[in-house]
Amino acid sequence: MNRRGAVLLAMLAAALILLPAVASNYVLSVATLILFFAYTGQAWNVMMGFAGQLSLGHSLYVGVAAYAAAGLFFHFGIGPWAGVWLAVLLCVVLGAAIGFLAFRFGISGVYFALLTIAFAEFTRIGFDHIDWLGGPGGLFIKVEQREHMDLLDLRGAPQMFYYVMLALTAGAFALCAWLLRSRAGYYWQAIREDEQAAQALGINTFRWKMLAMVLSSALTALAGVFFAFYYNNLFPEQIFHISRSIEIILGPVIGGVGTLFGPILGAAVLTILADSITELLAALGIEIPGVKQVFYGVVLLAVVMFLPHGIWPTLARKLGLEGRR
Amino acid sequence: MKAQRGTPSHVRRRVLKAAAASAALSTLGFPAIVRAQAGRLKVGVLLPRSGFQGLIGQSCQKGADLAPGVIKEMLGVDIELMNADTETNVDTARTRAERLIQEGAHVLVGPFDSGGAAAIAQVAEQRGVPFVINIAAAPQITEQGYKFVFRNFQTAPDIVRNGLALIGDLFQASNIAPRTAVFMHVNDTFGMAMAKGISAFMGRLTQLPFKIVDTIQYDPAARDLTVEVSKAKASNADFLLLVCRLNDAILLRREMVKQRWNPMGIVSPGSPGMYEEQYFKTLGKLSEYSISNVPWYNPRAELTKVVEKAFLKQNPKDKLVFNGLNVGFTFEAILVAADAFRRARSTDAKTLADAIRQTNITSKMMLGGPIKFNEKGQVEGIGSACVQNLNLTPTVVLPAAVATATPVFPWPYYKA
Amino acid sequence: MPIELVVNVVIAGVLTGLVYGLMALGLSVIFGVVRVVNFAHGEMMTIAMYATVVLFAALQLDPFLAVVPVAGLFFVFGTLLQAAVINPFITRPEHSQFMLLVAIAIIMVNGLLMVFGPDARNVQVDYQLESYAIGPILLDKARLYASAAAVAASAALFAFFKFTRAGKAIRACADNYLGAKVVGLNVKRYYALTFGLGSACVAVAGCMMILLVDVSPVLGPAYTLLAFVIVIVGGLGSMGGALLGGVLIGVSEALAGLFITPSAKSMFSFALLILVLLLRPQGLLGRKP
Repeated sequence: MNRRGAVLLAMLAAALILLPAVASNYVLSVATLILFFAYTGQAWNVMMGFAGQLSLGHSLYVGVAAYAAAGLFFHFGIGPWAGVWLAVLLCVVLGAAIGFLAFRFGISGVYFALLTIAFAEFTRIGFDHIDWLGGPGGLFIKVEQREHMDLLDLRGAPQMFYYVMLALTAGAFALCAWLLRSRAGYYWQAIREDEQAAQALGINTFRWKMLAMVLSSALTALAGVFFAFYYNNLFPEQIFHISRSIEIILGPVIGGVGTLFGPILGAAVLTILADSITELLAALGIEIPGVKQVFYGVVLLAVVMFLPHGIWPTLARKLGLEGRR
Repeated sequence: MKAQRGTPSHVRRRVLKAAAASAALSTLGFPAIVRAQAGRLKVGVLLPRSGFQGLIGQSCQKGADLAPGVIKEMLGVDIELMNADTETNVDTARTRAERLIQEGAHVLVGPFDSGGAAAIAQVAEQRGVPFVINIAAAPQITEQGYKFVFRNFQTAPDIVRNGLALIGDLFQASNIAPRTAVFMHVNDTFGMAMAKGISAFMGRLTQLPFKIVDTIQYDPAARDLTVEVSKAKASNADFLLLVCRLNDAILLRREMVKQRWNPMGIVSPGSPGMYEEQYFKTLGKLSEYSISNVPWYNPRAELTKVVEKAFLKQNPKDKLVFNGLNVGFTFEAILVAADAFRRARSTDAKTLADAIRQTNITSKMMLGGPIKFNEKGQVEGIGSACVQNLNLTPTVVLPAAVATATPVFPWPYYKA
Repeated sequence: MPIELVVNVVIAGVLTGLVYGLMALGLSVIFGVVRVVNFAHGEMMTIAMYATVVLFAALQLDPFLAVVPVAGLFFVFGTLLQAAVINPFITRPEHSQFMLLVAIAIIMVNGLLMVFGPDARNVQVDYQLESYAIGPILLDKARLYASAAAVAASAALFAFFKFTRAGKAIRACADNYLGAKVVGLNVKRYYALTFGLGSACVAVAGCMMILLVDVSPVLGPAYTLLAFVIVIVGGLGSMGGALLGGVLIGVSEALAGLFITPSAKSMFSFALLILVLLLRPQGLLGRKP
C-alpha cells in the first residue's frame, strides 16, 4: 500500500479507538452495529472472494455459534471464552460439510447459493423445535448489571462491547490482509482467475477452496458468540432468518466484493444511510410506513447498477490509493 | 392509502425541532441541555409501525396519540411524545431506544413484542431510564432482576391461567360440559409459551372437565392449513382450543368451513387474532361466535369511556373495540409514566423509576386489580375477559359483572 | 389413522402443489432461459395478487377473468424490466444479480406497504368456501379450479414452446447462446420476451393464489423461496418439472404434517432440496446442463 493509504489507515484506526471517549451511547451502539456487519461481511468475503462461492445462508454460522455459546453459558455456566471453542468447532464442521458437499458434487453458482439457503432454513425450523435451547420462545441469558465490566463473561458496558467488536474487526482485517499477501493468497487468486489453469499448475484447488470455506465459517462463528452475549437473547426465527443472511452480504456487495475495505465501507455506508433516511423522513414529517425501506431499496439499486464493483474501488481511485486491493 | 395521522402536527414539529437541536448538540455526548426542562415529561414511544407487526404497532400508536390530551385533563400533567418505529427489528429497537434517550426521553414505553422488549430493556437498564412495557408476554423479561423495567401486562403463564379459568366459567355459564378438546397452536414465541403454560395448568385446574385429545402445532406463516384442520377434524374433539395469530386464524376458519368441520366452538385461552378487525372484515358472518379469553378493557369503567371519546375524535372511522387491547395497554403505560411524574415532580430518571415503583392506580381502563408493580417490576392481578364475536363486534361476555352480553356456546353451527 | 384422512390430505396436497407449480413455472422459464436468479419472484406474485384484489373491488371481476388483464399487464412489465434493468446484469456475477433483485424486491414490498397498508386483503367469491363431497372425500372448489387453471396454463406454455416459432427460438437461446446468435436470433429480444412470459405466468399464479390465501405486503419472500425449491427439485426449464416439483412438495409437506408435526413440514422441503441438489442437480425432469 502506498504512503497515503497508510496514513489514512492510521487516522481511521485512531478515530475508531478514540470514538467511545467522545461519542454518546447512541452513536456507540450504531458504531458497534456497523462493526458487527463489517466483521461478518469480511468473514463472508473470505468465502466469496477466496473460494469464489456465493453463500446466502451465512446466518447459519452466526446462529449455530450463538446458540452453542449461549447454551453452554445458560445450562452449564461456561463463559464465552471457553464456549467459543465449541462454537468455532461446530461452524468449522458445518462449513467443511457444506464445502465438501458442494465441491464433491460439483455445485456452484446459484445452486450453491440455494444449498446454503436450504441449510440455513432447515436449521432455523429445526432450532424452533429444540426445547433445550429455548425453542421459539427464545433463549435468554441472564443479564448482569452493567456497572462493572466482566471481560471473562462478556458482561459490561457498551464501551466494552464496542472494543471487543473493534478488536475482532481489526483482527479479521489484518488476517485477510496477511493472507492475501501470502502464498495462500496467490493460490486463491489463481483459482479465482482460472481454476483449470491453477489445477494444471499442480495447485490442489479442492484443498484451498475448502480452507477458505472453513476459515469463513470459523470467523463468522466468533461474530455469533459476540451476538449471543451482546443481545442476551436468541430466537431461531430471527437469528437464522434469511434476512440476516442478506444483511451480512449487503456490506461487502455494496462496498466491494473481494476487497479488504469493501465490507467495512459497505457496512458503514449502509447503516449510516438507513439512519439518515429515518432522520430525514422524521424531519420532513413523513410517517408513512415503508417509505424508508423504499428509499433504501432505491439507493441499493442505484449502487448495484452503477457501481458494479462496489463503492470501494471507485473511492480508492478517487483518494489516490491505487495499488490497494 | 389512508395517510398516517400520527401525533398532532404542532406537537410533532416541536418534537422534531427539539430533536434536531438536541441531536446536533448531543451527538457527541455533550450534556443534554434539553433534559433540564422539568415542566414536561418526554415519553419515548417505541412501536413496530412498519415491518411484520406494522398493523398492530399502528394500532398501539393510536393509544399513544390520544394519551397526552386525556392525561392533561385527568392529571394536569404535560406529556410530550417522541415516537420511534422499531420496524419489527431487534437491532432497530435497540438503536432507536438509545437514540430516544439521547434526545432526552425521560421514560420509554413500548414495544409490543418480546424480542424488542428484551433489547430495549437492556438499554433502559444500562442507561438507568425507566421503561414501561405496554404489551409483551415473555415471562423472562421481568425475571432478569432489572430495576428500571416495568411491565403492565400479563405474562404468558398468567394469560394461560386466566384464560383457562374463564373457559371453566364459560362452560358453567352455558350449562354445558364438553369432554374433549383438540388443541391447535402456532409454534412461535407466543404460541409455545402458551402451550407450555397449558400443559402445566391443565393438570392443576381440576374443575376443567375436558381433556385434550390431540395437540397440533403449526407454523404461523403457513400458507395452507389443510393438513392441520384435517387432523383436528379427525380427532372428533368436542371443541377447538386455539392459540393463533391473525392470518392463520382466518385461514383456519375458512378451512373449517371447506372441510365441513363444526365442533362446539372455537375458544382461545389467550391469543390475538380472532378479535382483530381484519378477522371480521375478511370472514364476515363466519367470524361470529369465536371466543378469545384475553386481557381486555372494562367496558363499564369510567376511564374507558373517556379514552373511547378521545379515540373516536382522533380516529372517526375506527372503533375502539377493534383496538381495545393495543390502545388500552399503550395508554395505560403512558398513564403510569405520567402518574409517576406527577408524584415525583421531577424528570430525573432515578426519581421517576422510584415513583413508578410506588404506583397504585385504581381507576384504570383494563380489567383487573390496581396497577401496582411488585419487586420484579411486574403488575400482578391483571384480568382477562371472555370476548366473543357477536354481531361482528368483539363483545365482553364474561365475567358477568362487566359483561355486555351473554355467551353463546355451543355455536349454532354445531349439531350434537 | 383413518384412511380417509390420509387420502383427503394427499389430494389436497396434490391440488395445492399444482398451484405452487404454476407459481414456479414462471421462475423455471425465466431461470431456464435467461439464467437470471429472480429473487423478486414472490414479490411479483404478491403484486399480481393485489392487482386482482383491486380489480375485484372495483369491477367485481372474478379472478379467473382477471387473469387476462393482469397477465397481460405483467407480460409488458416483465419485458420492460428485463430489457431496461436486468439485461446488463446477465453477464455480471451472481452476487450482483442477486443484489439487484433483492433491491427490486425491497422496493416492491415496501411500495405495496405504502400503497395498501399492512392489512391483509382478499377477494370474496361464492365458491371460495365450498367443496365437492364425493363420499368421504372433500374437494375444495377453489383449489380444484385453481389447479385446473394451473394445468391449463402449463399446457398452453408447453404448446407455445413446442409449436410456435418464438417458442422454438427461445429454446434455442437457452440451449446454446452462441449458436443462437450465430444463427442470427436477436437473443436480447427473446430474453425480454421470456421474462415477459415468465412474469405473465406468475401473474396467473397470483390470480389463482388470491383465492386460497390472503395477500399482504410481506407475503413475497416465502413464496420466492418456495418457488426456488420447486424449480430445483422439478428441474430447470422443464414445465412438467415445475408442476411435478410443486406436487411433490405439496404432497410431502402434507404427509410430513400429517405424520410428524405440521410445524416442521417446511423442513422436509428444504431437506428434499438439499438431496436433489446433491444427487441430481438438474432436478427430476430437467436435462443435464
